Amino acid sequence: MTAPSASAVVARGARPRTITAGRIGLYVFLAVSALYVLTPLYVMVVTSLKSMEEIRLGGIFALPAAPTVAPWVEAWSTACTGLTCDGIQVGFWNSVAILVPSVILSVLAGAINGYALSFWRPRGANVLFTLLLLGAFIPVQVFIYPLVRISAVLGVYGTLPNIVAIHIIFGLPITTLLFRNYYAGVPVELFKAARVDGAGFWRIFLQVMLPMSTPIVIVACILQVTGIWNDFILGLVFAGRDNLPMTVQLNNVVNTTTGERPYNVHMAATILTASVPLLVYFVSGRWFVRGIAAGAVKG
Amino acid sequence: MRPRRTSATGTLALLPVWAVVIVAYLGTIAWTVVISFTASKSLPVYEFVGLAQYERLFRTSRWLVSVENILIFGSLFIGTCLVVGFLLAVALDQRIRAEGAFRTIYLYPYSMSFIVTGLVWQWIMNPALGVQATVRGWGLEGFTFDWAANRDMAIYAVAVAGVWQASGLVMAILLAGLRGIDQDLWKATKVDGIPTWRVYASIVLPLLKPMIVTAVVLLSVAVVKAYDLVVALTRGGPGIASEVPAKFVMDNLFERSNIALATAASTVMLVSVLAALAPWLYAEYIRASGARAA
Repeated sequence: MTAPSASAVVARGARPRTITAGRIGLYVFLAVSALYVLTPLYVMVVTSLKSMEEIRLGGIFALPAAPTVAPWVEAWSTACTGLTCDGIQVGFWNSVAILVPSVILSVLAGAINGYALSFWRPRGANVLFTLLLLGAFIPVQVFIYPLVRISAVLGVYGTLPNIVAIHIIFGLPITTLLFRNYYAGVPVELFKAARVDGAGFWRIFLQVMLPMSTPIVIVACILQVTGIWNDFILGLVFAGRDNLPMTVQLNNVVNTTTGERPYNVHMAATILTASVPLLVYFVSGRWFVRGIAAGAVKG
Repeated sequence: MRPRRTSATGTLALLPVWAVVIVAYLGTIAWTVVISFTASKSLPVYEFVGLAQYERLFRTSRWLVSVENILIFGSLFIGTCLVVGFLLAVALDQRIRAEGAFRTIYLYPYSMSFIVTGLVWQWIMNPALGVQATVRGWGLEGFTFDWAANRDMAIYAVAVAGVWQASGLVMAILLAGLRGIDQDLWKATKVDGIPTWRVYASIVLPLLKPMIVTAVVLLSVAVVKAYDLVVALTRGGPGIASEVPAKFVMDNLFERSNIALATAASTVMLVSVLAALAPWLYAEYIRASGARAA
């Protein structure tokens, strides 16, 4: 015991100084990292508030000399998204129209599935769950063409119900996983007691399980709201010309511009598109992190 | 124990999911694989040509560039995210001030769309007006940061943007793992006089293995799905310099009327994903259930 305790004494003697230098280094590392992560957001904001004359002078980090909201107004109401020039607001409202039914229905479906899988253990439950998980890992490119053909045969291709149905189909794995894991932590005695009282499948779900599911409903909604709002590929393929979501319209605004590119308008449109998930993120805080953790937990 | 009638309700309630899994997952996968063996152009025709589309695929330079790019992007993206995320998590775990603020800052890019990330970095890497021009204006004439518009660097530009977006995710997962480590470990190693870095390397990292595996799986899924980021940042260019497999499939399906070639490519993607998932699924489920039986 002599050697370790001697070294511990030495270490204790040296510790305050190394700790001070180390702590300064630690804070420098954290601050520099934070600065790096924040820089693109800062660049977006200052660029969106400058006039094109000022942008042409260079100085991407410079604060706007004469701040203007004109680029924001243009991005929202008159920027050209391909054929029409009604601004990114069209995409915003399309995204809202896609988002609301997709989130409600996919979270509800996930809750029912998770509940049925956890408490009722129906035949083939494990096979079903494994196949669902597989759906979460396989790239959509494998499913997408047949889904287009099926949608076309059903006569819904390129409509709002089509894109909503597609979001529900690809949202099922994560929402089912979330609720299944959540209900796995609910004491089975609660379920058994309700059964003894004569409650059936739907009554136990609606009156016992759903009322105690608020935390996981919030987590699932946060995940689905950000996921569906940020979707690009499904909206591009299935939404149809009249329902293109905001991400697709944003990409059209920026990447189909001909002639001189109004970078200030582009950055204003980009912030507007990012604002919904950013708002959800900053308001929900720890819930967002919980969603990541819950989604990451193995089945 | 369980009355059969009510159990049937549970089975009935799951019928829609079964329908989704059978039609929208398994059915579409089978259909995609079938088309890949045909001579289809813009619509499926069932004139079978064996492996001809696969031979053609691996003679197509755009596909070969895509595969090479996804390997470069994937290894850089996953490797850098893990290192940066681990360092941030360890730094945040040192009882620092304003931890919540730092954590919020590091994770915010992950909440945004890849389209947003791609467009911001496209602007930052703009050769004429972006960071390159600004730094040159400060007197550093030789400074270059035009990666998104540079044939040799475009795929690295995608990696830079991707790392910026996803490092916070790794940080969040590993920080949760660090918080789960027993505080007695630190007391014990302090008593034994083991240097902190040694504790992290030899004890903490092995304890974090499940979280690291989770992070790698989530990042790998993002790599295979990489499409939006490339479309927004470089549109696969300059030329075909930053093409990726997911974009190759989409372009051939919806723009080039080459659905047989596209489905052959997506079948290759499918097989690669399943091959990569197999050992993980084995470790997670089959070995675990074996242990339970023993």
